[in-house]
Amino acid sequence: MFSKGTKRKFSDSDEETSDENLVGARVASSYSLQRQSLLDMSLIKLQLCHMLVEPNLCRSVLIANTVRQIQEEMTHDGSWHMVAEAFCSAGQSPSERLVATEVLCRSREQDAEPKLFSVISYEGCREEEVVADETLCSVSVSDTVSNVCLTGRMGQCWEKSELRGVERDEEVLEDSSLGSGEDDELDTEDEASTESPKTIGQVFGTFEIKNSSPGPDSALEELFSDVDTSYYDLDTMLTGIQSAPKMGPYDLLDSLAPSHSSPSIVSTPNCRSDLNELDHIMEIIVGS
Amino acid sequence: MGEDGENTKINHSFLRDYVTEADVISTVEFNQTGDLLATGDKGGRVVIFQRETESKGESEELGESGEYNVYSTFQSHEPDFDYLKSLEIEEKINKIRWLPQQNAAHFLLSTNDKTIKLWKVSERDKRPEGYNLKDEEGRIKDISTVTSLRVPVLKPTDLMVEVRPRRIFANGHTYHVNSISVNSDGETYLSADDLRVNMWHLDITDRSFNIVDIKPANMEDLTEVITAAEFHPQHCHLFVYSSSKGTLRLCDMRDSALCDKHSKIFEEPEDPGNRSFFSEIISSVSDVKFSHSGRYLLTRDYLTVKVWDLNMEKGPVETYQVHEYLRSKLCSLYENDCIFDKFECVWNSTDSVIMTGAYNSFFRMFDRETGRGVTLEAWRESSKPRAVLRTRRIYTGGRRRRGDVGVDSLDFTKKILHMAWHPAENIIAIAATNNLYIFQDRVNAENM
Repeated sequence: MFSKGTKRKFSDSDEETSDENLVGARVASSYSLQRQSLLDMSLIKLQLCHMLVEPNLCRSVLIANTVRQIQEEMTHDGSWHMVAEAFCSAGQSPSERLVATEVLCRSREQDAEPKLFSVISYEGCREEEVVADETLCSVSVSDTVSNVCLTGRMGQCWEKSELRGVERDEEVLEDSSLGSGEDDELDTEDEASTESPKTIGQVFGTFEIKNSSPGPDSALEELFSDVDTSYYDLDTMLTGIQSAPKMGPYDLLDSLAPSHSSPSIVSTPNCRSDLNELDHIMEIIVGS
Repeated sequence: MGEDGENTKINHSFLRDYVTEADVISTVEFNQTGDLLATGDKGGRVVIFQRETESKGESEELGESGEYNVYSTFQSHEPDFDYLKSLEIEEKINKIRWLPQQNAAHFLLSTNDKTIKLWKVSERDKRPEGYNLKDEEGRIKDISTVTSLRVPVLKPTDLMVEVRPRRIFANGHTYHVNSISVNSDGETYLSADDLRVNMWHLDITDRSFNIVDIKPANMEDLTEVITAAEFHPQHCHLFVYSSSKGTLRLCDMRDSALCDKHSKIFEEPEDPGNRSFFSEIISSVSDVKFSHSGRYLLTRDYLTVKVWDLNMEKGPVETYQVHEYLRSKLCSLYENDCIFDKFECVWNSTDSVIMTGAYNSFFRMFDRETGRGVTLEAWRESSKPRAVLRTRRIYTGGRRRRGDVGVDSLDFTKKILHMAWHPAENIIAIAATNNLYIFQDRVNAENM
């Protein structure tokens, strides 16, 4: 994929070091790319459910556990960034947020299942056929999804109107996952489902922002050890998102990949995070 | 192993490559004597095959030991609708289990996702003739034409097989039923769904006992589901259930009414070298079977079959690789959902050989004594009736032999999920999509 041995240049060692760092960063980012694509794929699988027949609970549970695992790892790596404010649903008190953050900061050995998110209900999920090509980078949805309602931990059901506000020309993944408010003809199929949280395909509940510093063993951490950690601060990272039009709190797929730039329609999340990583690295190398 | 005969589903034999979804076989089961073989399909139908008993000649080695022919076909379950959840309930038959035979009739349990039914299969080869008030067609006679009384007599007729539903065990399960198992006491059976195991009495349909419940108070906390359950073949108080995390729990019903607390838990510690994001998924147990002896358990997870000794909980005593070459392809298999395929596994009659299915119409057999495995194929094109099955090989490196199949050319749509082994002889039934293959060992009767 990339050449391991870089040509020795008759130049100062700084360049060589930065080359090696670049290679190291690429290895790390390749892994995180794969992880990212796996995460996105898993979320699609969870959110797209057949409506007519109840989904396979075992499959849903296994996929959800995989997502949990990835998110745990990403949290420890420090690459998990969420939209904090958007998840403050009405019923959530500040103390709950603190508790959740404390859970996140706990080391892996201590707890079995840090509650990074909660899966509300596995019932009444629909499944769609997800057509993906071999690179696993790009996922296109063959059908439009409908009537997936994502709720918070309180079991609140999102009004359709809120989801309708989701930007339609966001990337394909997001479009497919939040199609519930946008797909009118299928709304009539299950009138009752929007009222009762149990009948709707629901995925994950609240997310908490990890405000502490990234885990010590992260390769990226070493790379950026001299970088101003305020870069990781939520405010800076989310400037791109905040400028976007109003979106639903559980806009998982969009918020998973750190979005520095405005989201593009066709490009895959992997390419975006790839660009962001390289962007970031280049900024450091060039000297900020 | 020789191939005895090939039985294809009746109505689609003329459309060779066209497979109706409804004809896909979803379960296969021999009865306790092996004379009857039942298959269930996605369309809710059950087809029962019977072994022909007449031997055409003295010599058994000509393969005259009976073929299986269709005995009866009936519609077991119909598509249903759950009005509360606005969801369809599939009519697909998930499992069939025969009851031990007690009289001339045969009984079997069949289940879809929600409802279990007890069917009585009986033969009728006589019919009464000579009624006084009815004529031969059953029409009421004109009284004035009746001049004398006679006693109706039973006359032999063509054999008719009648199948009637005797019990319907409904509303016992909120989640999808994945297993049923008849108890050795002959009176009760268990049914397991994703989160609960219920015990029923065969005569009582309006009540069942919940014996395992792993549903968390908050569904958000759900991380593990039940994947299969079975009663011990001899001890009527013991049963085992497997989970999606790869654990087996042996429960004793004498301990308590609710067997949430297991008596024994069988779990293999994870291999840290092989750890990946898919580790948990591939450790999920898709099938669990007690050995005929009752001493061992056979489990199937995505890449292996394992034999466990009931006396040793810390790990399996034997592990067999079914298709280790798929380990590097787990991501693609996750993407196309094949990683969630649930393969069954079976013991032979003497517990010396175990068998399970794979992809590309392949199935695998492992000899427990030698530890060796063999790959066989259930595919119409490459086998003729009475031809000897040849073993197949997957090419994974090294010298490539003719006939080796490359990993990338495997057809993942042709999966052998369901199979059964005759309880006494070396006859196996393999379900390959909509086809049923019955293979028979060509050993002489004297040598067996």
